[in-house]
Amino acid sequence: MKSYHEMWAELGLDLKRHDEFLEGLGYVYHEIYLSQRFRPNGMEYFDFTTSEVHGLRIKELLELKEKGCKIVGTFCVYVPEEIVMAARGVWVGVCGGSQFSIPDAETTLPRNLCPLVKSAFGFMKAKTSPYYRVPDLFVGEATCDGKKKVWEIFGNYVPFYTMEIPNAKSYMGKRLWLEEVMRFKEKMERESGVSITPEELEEKIQIANRKRRALARLFDLRKADPPPISGKDALLVSQIAYYDDPERFATKVNDLCDELEGRVQKGMGVVEKGTPRIMISGCPFALPFWKVHHIVESSKAVVVCEESCVGTRYFTNLVDEGLPTLEDKLEAIAERYLKINCSCFTPNEERIEEIARYVKDFKIDGVILFTLQFCLTYSIECIKVQEALKKLGVPVLEIETDYGEQDVGQLQTRIEAFIEQIL
Amino acid sequence: MFGGIDIGSRTVKVVVMENGEVRDFQVRNSGHDPYTQAFELIKAYKPKRLVATGYGRHALELALAHRVITEIKAHAIGARRLYPNCRTVIDVGGQDSKVISLSEHGKVIDFKMNDRCAAGTGRFLEIMAKTLGFSIEEFGKEALSAQESVKINSMCTVFAESEVISLISRRMPLLSIALGVHEAIADRISSLACRVDVLSDVVFTGGVAKNPCVHKLLEDRLRQRILVPQYPEIVGALGAAIEAETILT
Repeated sequence: MKSYHEMWAELGLDLKRHDEFLEGLGYVYHEIYLSQRFRPNGMEYFDFTTSEVHGLRIKELLELKEKGCKIVGTFCVYVPEEIVMAARGVWVGVCGGSQFSIPDAETTLPRNLCPLVKSAFGFMKAKTSPYYRVPDLFVGEATCDGKKKVWEIFGNYVPFYTMEIPNAKSYMGKRLWLEEVMRFKEKMERESGVSITPEELEEKIQIANRKRRALARLFDLRKADPPPISGKDALLVSQIAYYDDPERFATKVNDLCDELEGRVQKGMGVVEKGTPRIMISGCPFALPFWKVHHIVESSKAVVVCEESCVGTRYFTNLVDEGLPTLEDKLEAIAERYLKINCSCFTPNEERIEEIARYVKDFKIDGVILFTLQFCLTYSIECIKVQEALKKLGVPVLEIETDYGEQDVGQLQTRIEAFIEQIL
Repeated sequence: MFGGIDIGSRTVKVVVMENGEVRDFQVRNSGHDPYTQAFELIKAYKPKRLVATGYGRHALELALAHRVITEIKAHAIGARRLYPNCRTVIDVGGQDSKVISLSEHGKVIDFKMNDRCAAGTGRFLEIMAKTLGFSIEEFGKEALSAQESVKINSMCTVFAESEVISLISRRMPLLSIALGVHEAIADRISSLACRVDVLSDVVFTGGVAKNPCVHKLLEDRLRQRILVPQYPEIVGALGAAIEAETILT
């Protein structure tokens, strides 16, 4: 049997730097995750998956690849998983979440660009992550300016396909998006040599829905006071959704939820009842970005909801099941995905309504509006979100940060003061 | 005796109280080892309870303090003690500037802080004073005597220093540059303040509040009277001391 190092060497990784990255990660994981109290037993699987994300999961992907499956690295919750799977492909999210790779990206890309894009580009360029070596195809989307222009540069290094996303959820926007979904289906068919049948697509729609239902169940359980799971752990589950096998993942999330249900029935939680309940709303939290959650949960508060791509935006709304024809199914897919309320859309009132609903459902005491540096759309949208939350009388803290550690002290002061304000 | 200690980026401040009255206070430079400074300051008083605030609060929590509160809460409590009708605190220290909104009852309802860099803080003034050859104590008074000002465009402390150096080399009057520097910091603080409702009484705290030029320029920009305590730099430590006396007993 091949060791992981042999596997990584064959993938052409820079082994020394990759080791450095994994070592740093292991240390941080221990400090942030394993030191938590009252962790559910069901988190063991996610700890294991996280520790094997560059090992066993890559091995699995390579085995699938050998069997002829196409591995598709994606950068957005808008890229339809069902279509990738129906073409016997594997959908894996590859947004970057680490400071480690950013200096590598900055040898090419401008510095004043969002860290999520830079981190991914840096891993790809410096060959420090297997997730940019294994995929047969990368799929990005024309959402924000940073992403759509960087995809052009990505294309110089790896096979890249970009989906166009409309700017508005108008009639014309919907038509454009449906066309794009059809075009993507054809692209996946060409890539894989598989002609997608209605039966195959139906099956995959149901698999993706099962995963969404499991995550929705997890978030529902977080509505309890005290919550049965920490925000950090729930975040990790949301992050692993992008990497794991979808069926296995859904089963494991449901197992975890069974345990959490027991806790909720007994009134058991990870913190005392009445602990300030925080929602973090805004940009994605790509693995391994845990900074904001860690600071909040080290400041006598608990995160109970993420209104984020790594959070509610990933699982909210299902694709209609049981529709007769292939065209119907594709339309249902297009319809479901266009309900994702990304700040790239104008107007985007639906997002604000969604946030207001979560504030009520999750009994939120305070909202942290989280923006990654240089993310213009989320940053500007904070103004409207703040206005709406002010009307509801919910305290809001706006923070802008990146993956670096240099602002931890300042963030800590702000977040602690925000929690003092709520108490 | 009850103590409050504020470990700031530039200075460590201690206030001790007894029966609701301030008994003594001290201010020392943080230097490279603020914790030793803190230990020495505390040793002299042996307070029954100590509350720590400032960026070094957590390091002290493990060793000395009974409790920590953030600078935001500490300044709110301290300013409210000195001015019972205070509704807005503008605190400008060594590495942070913040504007805090208080409710009628003195509870923090909102606050805004400067972004991660030193623009709009005491450190900015300190570096500019040095570049222009003024002492930090006299910098504000001197700038107030300027006839006109030169606009400083850079907000970044490092870039602003280069800009000031190039203005000096173009033989612009030093006093005019000094006033320009003060205007730049006042603009920065007032734009931060405008992100909350600036209700009066407005109280200006932190070391920078000792600078009469920043004080005056802020009053002009916010179009209202701004109150400055006699010792604005100890307001955070005062708030921590009040917390030590009232909450924990």
